[in-house]
Amino acid sequence: MTGQPSGVQRRPTGRPTDAVSDVPKDFQPRLRARARAGTVFAGLCFAATLVGVLALAALLADIITDGWHRLTPGFLSGYPSRFADRAGILPALVGSGWVLALTALVAFPLGVGTAIWLEEYAPDNRFTRAVETNIANLAGVPSIVYGILGLALFVRAFALGRSVLAAALTLALLILPVIIIASQEAIKAVPDSIRLGAYALGATRWEAICHSVLPLALPGILTGTILALSRAIGEAAPVILVGALGFLAFVPKGPLDGFTVIPFQIFSWVSRPQVEFQELAAAASIVLLVMLLLMNGTAIWLRNRYSRKY
Amino acid sequence: MNEPIQVPPEPIELETRALSVHYGAAAAVRDVSIRIPDRQVVAFIGPSGCGKSTLLRCFNRMNDLIPGARVAGQALFQGTDLYGRDVDPVDVRRRIGMVFQKPNPFPKSIYDNVAFGPRINGFRGDMDLRVEQSLRRAALWDEVKDRLNASALALSGGQQQRLCIARALAVEPEVLLMDEPASALDPIATQKIEELIYQLKQHYTVVIVTHNMQQAARVSDWTAFLYMGELIEYGPTKELFTNPRVDRTEAYITGRFG
Repeated sequence: MTGQPSGVQRRPTGRPTDAVSDVPKDFQPRLRARARAGTVFAGLCFAATLVGVLALAALLADIITDGWHRLTPGFLSGYPSRFADRAGILPALVGSGWVLALTALVAFPLGVGTAIWLEEYAPDNRFTRAVETNIANLAGVPSIVYGILGLALFVRAFALGRSVLAAALTLALLILPVIIIASQEAIKAVPDSIRLGAYALGATRWEAICHSVLPLALPGILTGTILALSRAIGEAAPVILVGALGFLAFVPKGPLDGFTVIPFQIFSWVSRPQVEFQELAAAASIVLLVMLLLMNGTAIWLRNRYSRKY
Repeated sequence: MNEPIQVPPEPIELETRALSVHYGAAAAVRDVSIRIPDRQVVAFIGPSGCGKSTLLRCFNRMNDLIPGARVAGQALFQGTDLYGRDVDPVDVRRRIGMVFQKPNPFPKSIYDNVAFGPRINGFRGDMDLRVEQSLRRAALWDEVKDRLNASALALSGGQQQRLCIARALAVEPEVLLMDEPASALDPIATQKIEELIYQLKQHYTVVIVTHNMQQAARVSDWTAFLYMGELIEYGPTKELFTNPRVDRTEAYITGRFG
């Protein structure tokens, strides 16, 4: 009875069946083999998950064993020093905060505005399609290239100098494609019936977008934006080109001040030979990871809050 | 006197004259001339793809939103050409409301769903009263009055559709277009919508597209039968269903095709 491992008894149907089992002719259900294929597939997916989780766990374990004992209040509130025991990351922490806030301020409205135009207003012609293709390509451009652009455009041409603002504008350009694409996807996912419902009540296009489409797309837009900002906060290469300072004895107080950021602080400590500075780099990595965790946590919280509302 | 397309008595609310609609190269509606009487219920019936929804959407210019749709001929609302140069489709849609096949409440509260239209149209009166009146007219008030701030998405399908009707009524339209408003609903909810349509015609002209011939027979005063984009027959509902003047109409309503 190979065809019927489930043991279901069939009533005789009078149709021609296989001599051995009760399976209709021309059918080979192979239930057991198909079930096995499903199990194998699930196992492969689990293995794929495991690779990422284990790699991350190893990374975490490594930096925590190296840097945990350096993570003191003095480390968080201290300034860089050539003596490892006195060195801290306050300027980098504040610098990252400044850069992040300004990047968000610039990239969010630009990115969401572009996505709205592309999805809701732009005619479907060759120009629009070219713009969309180029945005997708820009998302793949190496971050160092954005650093070069930032150096030429913001630091030199706009004469912003090696400032928080120049870095924030550079990073904003870097993450703009990601925000645009994430927002476009979120807007695309809003069913057309919602738009038509608004139009049918005498809404203008702007009213339909503002009151019906954007509220529904907002969780997706916010998630995409915060993920993009998490990438910005971890970037070292473009910030180096724009002129982050490796040794900063003050905290930036305005957008035009000199600055450094945590990834660059990590980079400059890692490149020193002494073990103590390697440990400081590990401790700074922990701080960066906690910041990322907080940001992603915020993203999830925002998404749940807005999706739960209605 | 066996004219298949009859003329209802005055006053006429909506009228088309030699109206055609093309999507790209394909004609969805061909040369349709029909008159919709004031404060009556008119049903459009016909097999899928016969152009009845397209014709309906001409009356509130929803076809404008479909890329590639072209309208030729005239569509008149109280004698004014809806496609005239100085006519704003946004204003047309306030005066000629629409209810869709699938309930499409906004992901907002019940209250905000109804208040949305009045708000964007600059309503300056008592909003609470307006919301209550609209929900009462849509026969939904008693079921939702204690949870106006609950999400509209928590309502059942039938309640959602009546909310969409309330939402459409809240901007005080003169006509209500309904595109298969009950096809996604169960029989009980359908019955409620049909009873509602019967009451609505005291104040509004209702044009309803339906696949369901019994529904057309139950709710409408006049019925139009469309086939392949053409208006085949139009007359008082009772007459069209009991004594059709065209063979194809008879074949369709007796279930021989479609």
